[in-house]
Amino acid sequence: MTKKQKQMVVRIAVAFVMLVLIMIGEHTGWLDRIQPHLLLALICLIPYLIIGYDILYKAARNIKNGQVFDENFLMMIATFGAFGVGEYSEAVAVMLFYQVGELFQSYAVGKSRQSISDMMDICPEYANVEEDGVLTQVDPDDVEVGTIIIIKPGERVPLDGVVVEGESMIDTAALTGESVPRRAAVGDDIISGCVNGSGTLKVRTTKEFDDSTVARILELVENASSKKAHVENFITRFAKYYTPIVTIGAVILAFVPPTVLTLAGAGSFGALLGDWLYRACTFLVISCPCALVISVPLGFFGGIGAASRIGVLVKGSNYLEAVAEMDTIVFDKTGTLTKGEFKVSEVLPVHLAPEQMLELAALGEGYSTHPIAASIREAYGKPLAMERVADTEEISGHGIHTFIDGKEVHLGNAKLMESLQIPFTKSDSAGTVVYIALEREFAGTIVIADSVKEGAKEALAAMKRVGVKKTVMLTGDRREAAESVAKELGIDEVHYELLPDDKVSKVEQLLAEEPSKARLAFVGDGINDAPVLTRADVGIAMGSMGSDAAIEAADVVLMDDDVRKIAKVVGIARKTLRIVKQNIVFALAVKLLVLILGATGYANMWAAVFADVGVSVLAILNSMRTLRGK
Amino acid sequence: MKKKFKLQDLDCANCAAKMEEAIKKIEGVNDASMSFMTQKLTIDAADDRFDAIMDEVEKVCAKVEPDMKILR
Repeated sequence: MTKKQKQMVVRIAVAFVMLVLIMIGEHTGWLDRIQPHLLLALICLIPYLIIGYDILYKAARNIKNGQVFDENFLMMIATFGAFGVGEYSEAVAVMLFYQVGELFQSYAVGKSRQSISDMMDICPEYANVEEDGVLTQVDPDDVEVGTIIIIKPGERVPLDGVVVEGESMIDTAALTGESVPRRAAVGDDIISGCVNGSGTLKVRTTKEFDDSTVARILELVENASSKKAHVENFITRFAKYYTPIVTIGAVILAFVPPTVLTLAGAGSFGALLGDWLYRACTFLVISCPCALVISVPLGFFGGIGAASRIGVLVKGSNYLEAVAEMDTIVFDKTGTLTKGEFKVSEVLPVHLAPEQMLELAALGEGYSTHPIAASIREAYGKPLAMERVADTEEISGHGIHTFIDGKEVHLGNAKLMESLQIPFTKSDSAGTVVYIALEREFAGTIVIADSVKEGAKEALAAMKRVGVKKTVMLTGDRREAAESVAKELGIDEVHYELLPDDKVSKVEQLLAEEPSKARLAFVGDGINDAPVLTRADVGIAMGSMGSDAAIEAADVVLMDDDVRKIAKVVGIARKTLRIVKQNIVFALAVKLLVLILGATGYANMWAAVFADVGVSVLAILNSMRTLRGK
Repeated sequence: MKKKFKLQDLDCANCAAKMEEAIKKIEGVNDASMSFMTQKLTIDAADDRFDAIMDEVEKVCAKVEPDMKILR
């Protein structure tokens, strides 16, 4: 609690004790003996001033500044009104509970603000720079690119860089939500905001602080609250009209019914005025739209915070809203659903054992730097006895001709086999096919395919479960490759052999097919698809641990490139919107109900205070649930 | 030019909305956003008279919430 809040607790306690005494006095009839009446009013004025002096002060000051529809002013009028009609203890009580509510509200807001900023606590405070053998702590802002910094165990990585000495495990949880630490050794890139494990690292910085990952993420998250959702804008507009309307309603309520009733002969104007003034005062107490104005942005803020905790950056409340409404997700294949790295997927020998043929292929490709060759060597996985290989030559555009253990070996594509006039079985597998001939006789095929990302299948199933209706895959690949991936993952629609420009027009076509209420998301690795990311309702990019283009162009960034997070974010977004809507409906319903009951004389000021601060507090508590995610 | 300022003692969400509204009406201000949650004010305003605009921003804010300070 802050000092201000502690002071308030004391004031509330003192006023509460005095109020209890006054109420005991009222009920035992002891206070009735105090004459004249004015003296009783003066006694009640003591706790009233203790609890409410700051409200009165602020009200007076705001009137001077021309702020008439200010909640302090309205509270002042309402409680003055209660005094005026002789409800002294009620005036004190209303002020007291108003302050209790305000206190609780400021405490709750402070708490959630704190928990969000804890979550965002990835900002490094200093960097260790070695100068003439002495370590000095400097502001990360002052460190130039190329400086060698030292990161001790347990410290936060202050700047992006490359490890030049040492080895450690790095905790990236704050950035990616991933709890398993990553290994960092000499030559590895390291990003700011992560926490160093048990080893000391020497790092050469590659970026200035302002361009480093941590600074950019903080900037994004802070800016997120300025991009408002439709609901938020609606509430802001609503709040602008709500207070004046209720206040004018109160004025009308105070004077019109008594006048009409007096003219109708239902009683004396003076007696009627007291009753209706009291009713008008209940109106004034309810006139602040605080419950909505605080809880709605708080809800979105919490939702964005919860998403960032699992390693997903949402760049604004409006995008969170769009994510909740999305029903079509379009994927770019490579780098999103597949790893973008090539792996041996099939080994199909004619006579040889698979292992033997793989060895043959690995030896044959032993000197090649081509990615296909690397993936074959990787699949073989054992050290290669290159002395067995002789006279290797590359036949450009076809493959390799070599001798292994003195036997002639050809490795390459279908064209190679055709040119050698070796009869072979043509493969119709998706992916790249390598044909192998031993002593000019067909020996078998090895298929190399881009492998599907871990969890991609689960991710798509999870998206369906949370209510995404259609999944679409766009790719530049051949038809066979595209369709086999789509089938494996269970994707509804595939468009293949697309050029980068075609992707934009495809997405535009899909957008046109969308029903007006639904949203379309595009998921890409963010490198060549910036135009598509911007075109879609929601652009989701693979953050790839700091790819600039991706973070810039997208609306939502998956920090660890894990597509499974998409379904989780949809869950968070839906929950956030549900909570926000609950709050709006609840707050408006209670306020409207109490307004009606107040006007008809059934609700007293206690109910009004509940409808004001009580509802605020409940709505805030409800909003804080968004923080917990899931 | 876009600039961000920290705010101190911004206690009321409704006031933040009112101030944001008022700031947007100041001449030379292209856009403004006052966040109650992060206690920050972001202003996008004309470069040449940015300081003068900020003085005016302070003035309109003082009218709504005199307790709040803009840390410049």
